Amino acid sequence: MLSEMDDSDTLIRVESLGKRYDLYHQSNEKYEALRDVITRHSKAAVRLLNPFTLAGQLQKSRHKMVRTQSHSKEEFWAIKDVNFEIRRGERVGIIGRNGAGKSTLLKILSRITEPTTGRVEILGRVASLLEVGTGFHPELTGQENIYLNGAILGMKRREIKSKFDEIVDFAEVQKFLDTPVKRYSSGMYVRLAFAVAAHLEPDIMIVDEVLAVGDANFQKKCLGKMEDVADREGRTVLFVSHQMAAIQTLCERGILLHNGSVMHSGDMRDVVSKYLDIGENSAERSDISRLARSGTGEARFSAVYPVDEEGNETAAFQLGDPFGICFELYSDVFVKDLSVGFSIHDQSGQSVSIVYSDFDNRTFVLKGESQPQKIFATIEGAPLAPGRYSVNVRLVKCGTEIDWPKGSVCNFDIIDAPYYVNPAARSGHTCVICLKPAWSACKQQILVKEA
Amino acid sequence: MGITSTHEPPMQKTHRQQAIHRGSTQKWLVLEANGIEKQYWKDLWRYRELFAILAWRDIAVRYKQTFIGVAWALIQPFMTMVIFTLIFGRLAKLPTEGDAPYAVLVLAGMLPWQFFSGSFSACADSLISNANLLTKVYFPRLIVPAATVITNFVDFIISFGILAAVMIWFKWLPTWRLVTMPLWIGLTFAVSMGVGLWFASLNVKYRDFRYVVPFIVQFGLYVSPVGFSSSIVPTKWQLLYALNPMVGVIEGFRWAIIGKGLAVNLMGLALSLATTSLLLVTGIRQFRRMEKQFADVI
Repeated sequence: MLSEMDDSDTLIRVESLGKRYDLYHQSNEKYEALRDVITRHSKAAVRLLNPFTLAGQLQKSRHKMVRTQSHSKEEFWAIKDVNFEIRRGERVGIIGRNGAGKSTLLKILSRITEPTTGRVEILGRVASLLEVGTGFHPELTGQENIYLNGAILGMKRREIKSKFDEIVDFAEVQKFLDTPVKRYSSGMYVRLAFAVAAHLEPDIMIVDEVLAVGDANFQKKCLGKMEDVADREGRTVLFVSHQMAAIQTLCERGILLHNGSVMHSGDMRDVVSKYLDIGENSAERSDISRLARSGTGEARFSAVYPVDEEGNETAAFQLGDPFGICFELYSDVFVKDLSVGFSIHDQSGQSVSIVYSDFDNRTFVLKGESQPQKIFATIEGAPLAPGRYSVNVRLVKCGTEIDWPKGSVCNFDIIDAPYYVNPAARSGHTCVICLKPAWSACKQQILVKEA
Repeated sequence: MGITSTHEPPMQKTHRQQAIHRGSTQKWLVLEANGIEKQYWKDLWRYRELFAILAWRDIAVRYKQTFIGVAWALIQPFMTMVIFTLIFGRLAKLPTEGDAPYAVLVLAGMLPWQFFSGSFSACADSLISNANLLTKVYFPRLIVPAATVITNFVDFIISFGILAAVMIWFKWLPTWRLVTMPLWIGLTFAVSMGVGLWFASLNVKYRDFRYVVPFIVQFGLYVSPVGFSSSIVPTKWQLLYALNPMVGVIEGFRWAIIGKGLAVNLMGLALSLATTSLLLVTGIRQFRRMEKQFADVI
């Protein structure tokens, strides 16, 4: 009785959890065609029945069969020996690189797939949100989809009915309730889907990278709503995201997954810095060659990515720390006087900064080599507020446009620095830049500019 | 449990504390490889609302999408009835049951057959077409194929209108036997689910099984007494013939609808019942066995 009371606050207990997948190399598909199974077996049978193979060949063909079969199947542990506990009211962020096992873990916790080893114990009602608008049907109206989606997410009809007006208000779609959602704009669609999810009232909420879609303001509204609910009602939230800024805002505890096991767990800030330490966390880049572009094309960007102080590609920086951007340029011919320009945009698309290298009278030369040339721009202590930023680039030569890929070429995250995370005033999330002033009383400190 | 509450002064019980207290009486849910079966059947009941709403979704979408909507559920069996009556009744001059009009005979076989073939095809395809749900949320997967049968049941009810119209036209009065109809409908449900579950789960694993489904439907139409009366099947073949579970279903429907002068083939019915239960039990077992892999494979 006593021991039961001791851990009465634990809601999720994960013990030596593992999930194995069998990979089939023969085909790229996860499922097989019956035709393949039949031909595979009949080929072997024909080989065995052939009188010529019977004698010496028999051994060989059998050998071959075994080899092809073992070759086509491979085991892969998506997660292995994972242990952790989550207590009531905790908001836990799960981070890790792509393929670290985050999604598999969430799928097991939300009962979509079974573990191969170990066990999970869960107390209370779980709602998992692995996708926004799961089950939305384009032919059905907004109203119908609210009921459908709500039921899919585990709400009772009565519950949806009582929250219906609230959901509609939140989504701001009053006028379009009787319109099939296929006629919705993508913004309205996402808003409606979020609104249903935001009104779920489970004991435990599991949220995957769903906040990556939707416009920034609405995202903030949803994060706010989730935070609100978690604070007020002591809801337990498990949150997976690549957006370090968002995850830091929402979660106080973190779990870092690496190659399928827990590498570190504890205070979210420590976990994020551990995550950044693992390195080789590549930034989210777009394939520049697929972007529409204008300019003469004498020289072209082949890659653009954020880098740390050592010049290694990275995905996130702490607010106020120096960060860099590497531009890889390529040209078949000799080109000189190249000025590299880039702009940084926040999530709403608002441009935060635009700068060209010739502002500094700095231009670059390409010698027409087959290797792309790397050019670095390093920024000291940028006061960008925590959040996700995207980068656009443009190359000019004496006022002539050489190359301009249309659209963002890479993303990076700025995460909170301890300086700005005063628990009493968490201001970093509602401003555009974070200044670090010098404070003084009575008399203003005089800033002397060096001549 | 009693101890937990005595620790807290009842005066200060806030909303949150009540929530915690309620939580302490909840049961732990354990997830592990080959988890407990009992949970599954309980969940099936708990997710009944989702079941209803999925069935409703399919019905709503079906009647919104198809241009002629409800009319389609009427036109299709009506046209088939006309063709079958002309070919089997007029041209081939096959005998009817007793003195029932041939059209009534055909319709009494056609309605359950279309109910079966529609549910079976939809059932077999249901997991693939709901793949986005299966990979994103948990619910007992059995709900999905079961909901598709409900959708086809609605079609069945609508097309029943034709039968009523045709019977009025021929002034053919039903007897008390019509009361047994739910029994035969239930049997059709069981056959559709049994065969459908087998194919639904195989379809996920071997994606080319979907090409087998239309063939079975076509083949089944000829070996089931849809366009003809069972009485024309030679006695020596009757046993083999009755192995087809739809034979029992259709004969049952005819017995209930046509009424007069029709005896039940008890032997055939027993055989049909046996194959149906075998299909249903193995179908559910197969489905349950494969269900655990669905999300990983789909």
